[in-house]
Amino acid sequence: MTNTIIKAENVYKTYPGGVEALKDVSLTVSKGEVVVIIGASGSGKSTFLRTLNRLEKIDSGKITIDNMEITNPKIKITSLRSEIGMVFQHFNLFPHLSVLNNVVLAQTIVKKRDRKESVEIAMELLRRVGIDDKADMYPGQLSGGQQQRVAIARSLAMKPKIMLFDEATSALDPEMVGGVLDIMKSLAKEGMTMVVVTHEMGFAKEVADRVIYMDEGRIVEAGTPKTVFSGAKSERLKQFLSQIL
Amino acid sequence: MKNKKLLWNLLYVFVIIGIGYFIYLSSAHVNYIWRWKNIPSFIVYNSQDTIDSPVSGIVENYKNKTLYIKSVKGKIEALKVEHPEVEKGQVVDKDDELGYNTHYRSGPLLVGLYMTLKISIMAMVVAMFLGLITGLMRISSNPLLKNLALTYIELVRGTPLLVQLFIFYFFIGTVFHLDRLVSGVGALSVFEGAYIAEIIRAGIQSIHKGQREAALSLGMNYYQIMRHIIMPQAIKRTMPAMAGQFISLIKDSSLVSVISITDLTKAGREIITSTFSPFEVWFTVAFMYLVLTYSLSFLTQIIERKMAKSD
Ligand SMILES: Nc1ncnc2c1ncn2[C@@H]1O[C@H](COP(=O)(O)OP(=O)(O)OP(=O)(O)O)[C@@H](O)[C@H]1O
Ligand SMILES: [Mg+2]
Repeated sequence: MTNTIIKAENVYKTYPGGVEALKDVSLTVSKGEVVVIIGASGSGKSTFLRTLNRLEKIDSGKITIDNMEITNPKIKITSLRSEIGMVFQHFNLFPHLSVLNNVVLAQTIVKKRDRKESVEIAMELLRRVGIDDKADMYPGQLSGGQQQRVAIARSLAMKPKIMLFDEATSALDPEMVGGVLDIMKSLAKEGMTMVVVTHEMGFAKEVADRVIYMDEGRIVEAGTPKTVFSGAKSERLKQFLSQIL
Repeated sequence: MKNKKLLWNLLYVFVIIGIGYFIYLSSAHVNYIWRWKNIPSFIVYNSQDTIDSPVSGIVENYKNKTLYIKSVKGKIEALKVEHPEVEKGQVVDKDDELGYNTHYRSGPLLVGLYMTLKISIMAMVVAMFLGLITGLMRISSNPLLKNLALTYIELVRGTPLLVQLFIFYFFIGTVFHLDRLVSGVGALSVFEGAYIAEIIRAGIQSIHKGQREAALSLGMNYYQIMRHIIMPQAIKRTMPAMAGQFISLIKDSSLVSVISITDLTKAGREIITSTFSPFEVWFTVAFMYLVLTYSLSFLTQIIERKMAKSD
C-alpha cells in the first residue's frame, strides 16, 4: 500500500458537449512502475491522463497522488502539478523563450531556485537529452524531435515524481521517434513512475510493466504486455491490435 | 508586363494631378484667393527680441556678435546681440535699445500639434491599462468580472465618442471638478480602452491552449502564466492592431477641440477666424495629422520587422 503512488477510483467524466469520456475508470500504479495505455482514437486515453494532474476536472470518483487526494476541491493543485511532469503530443514549448529559458523559467518562478542553480540543472538535463549545444536557440529553430526532447528536459527540471506522456512521438517524423523513445526508456530504467499513452507497441512490449487497453471510456483489458498483446480476450482489442501491429 | 505596370502608375500620377487641378478650379469658381504665404508662420515664425542696455556707458567694441559696453563705473558688460543698432563709440543710456536677436518660435499650429501628441500619448497609456484589465476580465470565467467588462465595452462601442466627451466634460467633469484636459484625456482613454480590450482579448485567445496547459503542468499559477507565457506572445501578436488603434486615437483626439482644448484642430479653427484662409489652414492641419500618423505607422513597421527577426 505504501508503494502506491497513483490511485484512481471509479472516475467518471462527461464533457460539456455530452461526450462520456471516462466511465468508471479505476487504476492503481506503484512507484517506479511503467504503465502504457493503448486504445482507439477517442477512447478517453488523453482525458484520463489529464485528470491525473487535474488539467481536467472529474465528475465523480477519487484520484490520489502520493497520498494526496488531488480531486478534493479544497486541495490547492497549482504548485502540486509540478510534481507530475507532462509531455504533450505537440511539445508546447514556449516559442518566445530560448531553449535554455524554456527549461529555466518554471524552476525559478515555481520552485524558487535561483537562476544560477536553475541554469546548471537545465544545462545538465539538456546534455542528457542531447540538446545542450542548442541552448541559446529558439524552439522554432529546432526539429520536432529536438523540441520534444527539450520538453522532456523542461518537465524533468521540476524533479517530478511521476511523468505522463501523451502520444509524445505521434507528431514526429519517423527518424526522430527513436531518439525520444530512448530517453523515455532510460527514464524508465532509472525507476521513474510513468504513465504513457502511445501507439508504439515496440516500446510497450520492451518497457511496460503493465499495458492498459481503453475503449469507449472504460478500461477493458489490463495486464503484462505479453498477456495483453498475445492473449487478448475481447474482439475489440484483437481488432485494434491487428490494425496497429 | 513591366511596361503595363508603368503605364498604370503613370495613369495614377495623372489622376492625382487631375484631382488637384479640379480642386484648384473649384476654388477659382467661388473666387477663392489662395494665401499660402502666411501659412508657414503659423507653424514656426521668427520673433525679434529687442535687447536693452543694462547700464549707461559707451559702446566699446562689437565682435563675434557680442557688444561690449563700458559702463560709467568702468566695468565692461558683454551682451550677445545678433543685429546691433548702435555703433562703436556711441553713448547709450540705461534701457536704451541696443539691437535685437531673432528666435524661431513655435507657431500656433505646432503648439497645437504638440498638444495633440501629448493628449494622445497620455490617453494611450491610460487606455492600454484599461484595455489590459478589461481584456482580462472579459475572458474571465467569473460572471461578475465578465459582465462588467462586457457592459463597459458595449456601452462605449455603442455610443459616439463626441457624446461621451460631452458626458465626461459636462457631467463627470462637473461632479468631480475635473480640468478640461483631464476630461478630454479621460474620455479618450475610456473610448480607446474598450477597443484595446477587444484587441487584447483576441490576442490572448489566439495563443494556442497548449501553451497554457504546458505552463499549468509545470505548476505555474494564473498570474505567472499570464505574465510569462501568454502576454509576451499576445502582445507581440497584437502589435499591428495596437499601432492601428494608436493612429485612430490620434485622429479621434481632434474631437477634444469641442471642449476648448487647443489641440491641432482647435488651433486651425482659431487661425481661420483671423486669416480667412480656411482652405489653406485645413489642408495644412490635415497634412500635419498625416505626418504624425504616417511616421507612427512607419515606426511600427520597423519594430515589427525587428521583432520578426527574433522569431
Ligand atoms: N475538451 C473537450 N470537449 C468535449 N469533448 C471532448 C474534449 N476533449 C475530448 N473530448 C471527447 O472525449 C472523448 C475522449 O477524448 P480523448 O482525447 O480522451 O481521446 P483519446 O483516447 O486521447 O484519443 P486520441 O487517440 O485521438 O488522442 C472523445 O470522444 C473526444 O471527442
Ligand atoms: Mg489523445
